[in-house]
Amino acid sequence: MTEMAEITVAARTAETVAARLNRRYAAERRFRILGLASILISAGFLVLLLGTVIAKGWTGFLQTQIAIEVAFDPQVIDPDGNRAPEVLDSADYPALVRDALAARLAPDADRGARRDLSAMVSTMGAEQMRRMVAADPAVIGGRATLWLPASDKLDMVYKGQAPRELGTAGNVLNDRQLGWMAELEKAGQIRKAFNVQFFTGGDSRAPEQAGIWGAVVGSFFSLVVTLAVSFPLGVATAVYLEEFAAKNRWTDLIEVNINNLAAVPSVVFGLLGLAVFLNVFHLPRSSPVAGGLVLALICLPTIIIAGRAALKAVPPSIRQAAAGLGASPLQIVAHHVLPLAMPGMLTGTILGMARALGETAPLLMIGMVAFIVDIPKSPLDPSAVLPVQIYLWAGSSERAFVEKTSAAIMVLLLFLVVMNMAAIMLRKKFERRW
Amino acid sequence: MNQFIPRGTSKISARGLNVHYGDKHALHDIDLDIPAGEVTALIGPSGCGKSTFLRCINRMNDMVEGARVSGTLQLDGSDVYDRQLDVVQLRARVGMVFQKPNPFPKSIYDNVAYGPRIHGLARDQAELDEIVMNSLEKAGLLAEVESRLSESGTGLSGGQQQRLCIARAIAVSPEVILMDEPCSALDPIATAKVEELIDELRDNYTIVIVTHSMQQAARVSQRTAFFHLGKLIEVGGTEEIFTNPREPLTQGYITGRFG
Amino acid sequence: MSEHTVKSYDDELAHLSGMIARMGGLAEAQLGAALQSLSRRDDELAHKVVDSDARIDELDHEVDSFAVRLLALRQPMAGDLRHIVAALNISGEIERIGDYAANLAKRAMVLNQLPPTPKTGGVVRLGELVQALLKDILDAYVDRDLDKAIRVWERDEDVDSLYNTVFRDLIAQMTEDPGTITASTHLLFIAKNMERIGDHATNIAETLHFQILGTQPKGDRPKGASLGAQE
Repeated sequence: MTEMAEITVAARTAETVAARLNRRYAAERRFRILGLASILISAGFLVLLLGTVIAKGWTGFLQTQIAIEVAFDPQVIDPDGNRAPEVLDSADYPALVRDALAARLAPDADRGARRDLSAMVSTMGAEQMRRMVAADPAVIGGRATLWLPASDKLDMVYKGQAPRELGTAGNVLNDRQLGWMAELEKAGQIRKAFNVQFFTGGDSRAPEQAGIWGAVVGSFFSLVVTLAVSFPLGVATAVYLEEFAAKNRWTDLIEVNINNLAAVPSVVFGLLGLAVFLNVFHLPRSSPVAGGLVLALICLPTIIIAGRAALKAVPPSIRQAAAGLGASPLQIVAHHVLPLAMPGMLTGTILGMARALGETAPLLMIGMVAFIVDIPKSPLDPSAVLPVQIYLWAGSSERAFVEKTSAAIMVLLLFLVVMNMAAIMLRKKFERRW
Repeated sequence: MNQFIPRGTSKISARGLNVHYGDKHALHDIDLDIPAGEVTALIGPSGCGKSTFLRCINRMNDMVEGARVSGTLQLDGSDVYDRQLDVVQLRARVGMVFQKPNPFPKSIYDNVAYGPRIHGLARDQAELDEIVMNSLEKAGLLAEVESRLSESGTGLSGGQQQRLCIARAIAVSPEVILMDEPCSALDPIATAKVEELIDELRDNYTIVIVTHSMQQAARVSQRTAFFHLGKLIEVGGTEEIFTNPREPLTQGYITGRFG
Repeated sequence: MSEHTVKSYDDELAHLSGMIARMGGLAEAQLGAALQSLSRRDDELAHKVVDSDARIDELDHEVDSFAVRLLALRQPMAGDLRHIVAALNISGEIERIGDYAANLAKRAMVLNQLPPTPKTGGVVRLGELVQALLKDILDAYVDRDLDKAIRVWERDEDVDSLYNTVFRDLIAQMTEDPGTITASTHLLFIAKNMERIGDHATNIAETLHFQILGTQPKGDRPKGASLGAQE
């Protein structure tokens, strides 16, 4: 080949090489952009979801209150004057509240006006007074300025969720009430305070009194039952299947079935719970015991699978070393394998619990959809759980429940995030270097 | 459990030992005597069955799926595969050190104390301490770890870990120590320390060592057995095997004429 | 015997054997030339023999270093180990044989200044017998011929017997003709050296036996009739 031809060939080769290189760089750039775009889209949806929930729900953590001077009229509270507890308890505190309101806002109130006045505050105010008297009867006969919780309608209007212009179509307060609100505002006697009731109260028909505590306690009891049942059972099953069972067709069958169970829709477990736990064993309907057992069934396959994986990850060299020293199979598992596999099992359990926390459908099946007001005192008492509570509030027709629903969703999400983070930290902490 | 061992008598004897892993015939009719109080080396190319034979002695082959053993293998005259025999007790009499050091992820103290604990060899904490110290001393490790017994065993260097495993094995006072290529993962200095240790242990234990290094077999053992394709080709004094072996296969292997 | 998996090992062992063979050939040639310089009264030849001895010494040192190198680098076992140790031994024996041949040449130069004696021929014959022994053992080494080595080992007996005869003849010669005392004395030394060469050849035979079989030949070395026996 002549020199010229050689150079041409070389140049062409260099060209093709450069072209190939550029194509490759372009492909890599495109790939990276695609990856970035998908992350941004997912993040976008996440932000949208969280943003919507937070925007609708953050006000649920606030409670509108109005400052009113109330008189603890002894005539109403304790006519006989002998401070008998039943008398103090059953006095007409709502009337005192109405009188205080009337005194402040509409001294010459007729019955219609008085009804309007009552509609401005929640019955919690009367409750507050009764508790004060019961705590310290000395307040009778005196006066005090109390911050009374507003009614759900006033609450909505003051938070800007319902219109406050007079004469608007969607008004929930009438013009007179709106006028009173404006007056209180000008006098600085209306404020938004932290909504303790949301965190300490149970469910209620009155939106401003509705709280999640009942559902939280119910969820807590359910998870306790779930943990107590599924963790020992799951760990024992995983240990038996992995360490002691003979490897034959039957154990293969069991393994396949466990894997399938992990994918069964949870509502099916609810039906099972209904049929067996409620109808055969007659466990109390709507109780955390029944709910916890159903959730335990749902968690069990996850725990078993995670447990087996954790056991498999323990290197055979440790088992051989223990066996060589004369440890029996039980000692090998108890002294060496299980402690080393435990972090993995715990992680799997926490993840299972996190899932159980958010399960709704199976619990609806066993009737945890009832309207429960009282805070449950034991796993046998009827209760609601957080996701079901959210479901119930979401279905309510009253507009004031909208912010409550979103606030409850935020609380549930927070619990889930905390549990998942605990699982991640646990896994990181115990990551073993053999 | 340290008894007086009449040196030279047969501690372990195999007659017609056959081992199958499923369809694979791993050991063919092995007749071999392991004398007491001596170091016997098992050499041979990969897959020749020497490790298989070693693992028959303490019945570690039981842990392998589909392993079948026939023939007799006796320890001090009693059959190791007798149904009445308790495998746990057997493994307390026959200790094992593995190729890759495998200390438990526990403290150094607990590593050595594990064996005596599960076999109930110490009446109280003081006796346990004594056993642990003695074992570490015999393994030549005490001076190096005395001040850090509560540290994790996995934090030691490779050579130290292996000596820890040896100390762990000695702690249950076995009569026989089986070693499966104990130095193959160690550097030359650590290897030399382990070989020195084997020399010292010879006084009180019967040692069977599987090794790929012929130089090591020549250095540490008094008797050498050469395996090939599952058969025992030749066994004899180490000196003879390495200066003047009888079988051409043995000669071929040790002079590097295989393959 | 099949080949080593590592081919260079085989090459090195062959190189070692080759050096021994070369040394042996040289020593054989030296001995033959030295005997010739005596029987033909050839001073020039004798000179050449004396000068050439250095070559054998060099080879001996080469064998030593090479063998040590092999021992260090190859960690030889069994047959290979015996091969290398045997080579070390044999090169020493051959080096001494070479020395005796050179010594013979030196004495030949002296004897060539003196009138020839009748018994010189006997010494030459002794030398030729030993030369044959040497040739045979060197052949046996190259061919790894055990039988040949054993026969060489046994023929030392003949060397001893012939040496005894030559010894008595030379004593008789000195007694009969005192004028030949100087020459006869040199011849005595030469005869002794020839007998020593025979011993060295026998040593080589024993070493070769060890290299091949790993054991020494059985029984005592066959010795000729005692020196003191009078006819």
